[in-house]
Amino acid sequence: MELFNKQIEINKKKPKRNIETLTCECGKEMLTALVHANHSTCIYCGFLFKIPAYRRIEMIADLGSFTETDKSLLSTDPLHFPEYKKKLMIAKKVSSLKEAIICGTCEIEGLKTGIAVMDGNFMMGSMGEIVGEKICRLANQCMKEKRPIIIFCASGGARMQEGMISLLQMSRTSIALNKLADEGLLYISVLTNPTTGGVTASFAMQGDIILAEPKALIAFAGPRVIKQTVNDVLPDEFQTSEYLLKKGMIDAIVERKDLRVKLKQALSLHR
Amino acid sequence: MIKLIKNHAWECVKNARLQNRPQTRDFLEELVEDFFEVKGDRCLGDDEAIVTGVGRINGTVFTIIGQQKGHTLEDRKACNFGMPSPAGYKKSMRAIGQAEKFGRPILCLVDTPGAACGFDAEEKGQGTVIAQHLSFIAKVKTPVISVVIGEGGSGGALALAISDRLMVMQNTYFSVISPEGCASILFKDSTKAETAAASLKLTPTDLHGLGIADFIVDEADNYSINNMKHSVSIIKDQIEKYLGELNFSDKNELVQKRYDKMLNLKGFN
Repeated sequence: MELFNKQIEINKKKPKRNIETLTCECGKEMLTALVHANHSTCIYCGFLFKIPAYRRIEMIADLGSFTETDKSLLSTDPLHFPEYKKKLMIAKKVSSLKEAIICGTCEIEGLKTGIAVMDGNFMMGSMGEIVGEKICRLANQCMKEKRPIIIFCASGGARMQEGMISLLQMSRTSIALNKLADEGLLYISVLTNPTTGGVTASFAMQGDIILAEPKALIAFAGPRVIKQTVNDVLPDEFQTSEYLLKKGMIDAIVERKDLRVKLKQALSLHR
Repeated sequence: MIKLIKNHAWECVKNARLQNRPQTRDFLEELVEDFFEVKGDRCLGDDEAIVTGVGRINGTVFTIIGQQKGHTLEDRKACNFGMPSPAGYKKSMRAIGQAEKFGRPILCLVDTPGAACGFDAEEKGQGTVIAQHLSFIAKVKTPVISVVIGEGGSGGALALAISDRLMVMQNTYFSVISPEGCASILFKDSTKAETAAASLKLTPTDLHGLGIADFIVDEADNYSINNMKHSVSIIKDQIEKYLGELNFSDKNELVQKRYDKMLNLKGFN
């Protein structure tokens, strides 16, 4: 670790080389490249950094095997909700994405699959018409091509600026995945921090296999909502992956470094 | 024939919440004959916020599933103010399974501010249970008709609103979030609930315009427990009409049509 610190020091003296660094919640600063090499996990405290959607694909899919689908779908602001268009614009800038999910097909260790990854940097990964539609289209494509589907969830829930249209994405995604299930195809849901609200109450919990990253917040109503509405006292571990595993709500907690292997194993057992 | 009634959003929300507004058990009295209640989810317990059972409507035996808020304070506490727990949704799934087994159509009555939240609900997997309920009711091989009779609060209401035909009563709302919740999150001011209600497009007219509601049920002036016959007779007629439309000999076709209907509600073209 000393060595890493020195490395950062040296790099700071040569700003022209433009070395990217990240600062963890534990206060330590480290090279972005090092964090990447360590599966986006802090090399000091093990904290899990948020993984942008495309980076997640790089970590999971075989090199060059990912083909993105429906990349250009954009929210139409169906209710003409106040300030929503502006918020969408900001979200696009902040996340460098067009919506809170990217979808496509890829291979994992040579096994074909459909893959969707939500990104919390885009309006907290909230689900509106486009997130729902992209999942429906991907499920449809997987059905035609006889592919299993993997969805990485990260969401604050339904996107309220789209009102009932966003709520209906719960039923739409649920039905799209029902149809996939009728074809005998596998659906693996991977819950990442945080997965809450309407996403938890629909496709996130519909997987044949449900995996979770360590220490992720997974809830229907998050701790803040519970505090505001019923003011229950909540235990420390409440609504974490570890708690849900104990309560029988998920199948396994998988470290980031093992995720690709675990997914490959599941895919190969359901061919 | 669909009737359009203009309504202001906030009035809809207020009226939907009125304490003397007819609830599921009142409809069981007025709309259903020979009601036989079934209780319990056979695992976690019995939830008073969801009433399930079997009874006749226009002579046809239906499975009826409805959310109940309670009129008196004591009732309201027993019903957890109409906020169903995982046990309630599990009980509902049991009723749905039996409806399919015995080839009975299902009538759902929606009236909840939202699914229960809190320690117990989370511990028993509220999210998981609602997800299962959505998937289960969507694929049931028997007709499902839903009526929003009061509040349509978010995912907890949606679980009973996935249907072949959805009616909404004139003074009700259906929304992704309560106007108060929306106001406090987006406008940082819960007193702006009226504005939020209008922005959320939650009125029967809005829902009909968006293609979500198939029919708006007229209410008599001073609609209440003692004055609900007018609406009940309209609902009875609509149910009769819908059963005719949904009478497929191939039940897979029925499910396919329901899937198509729900999948087409996407908000854009």
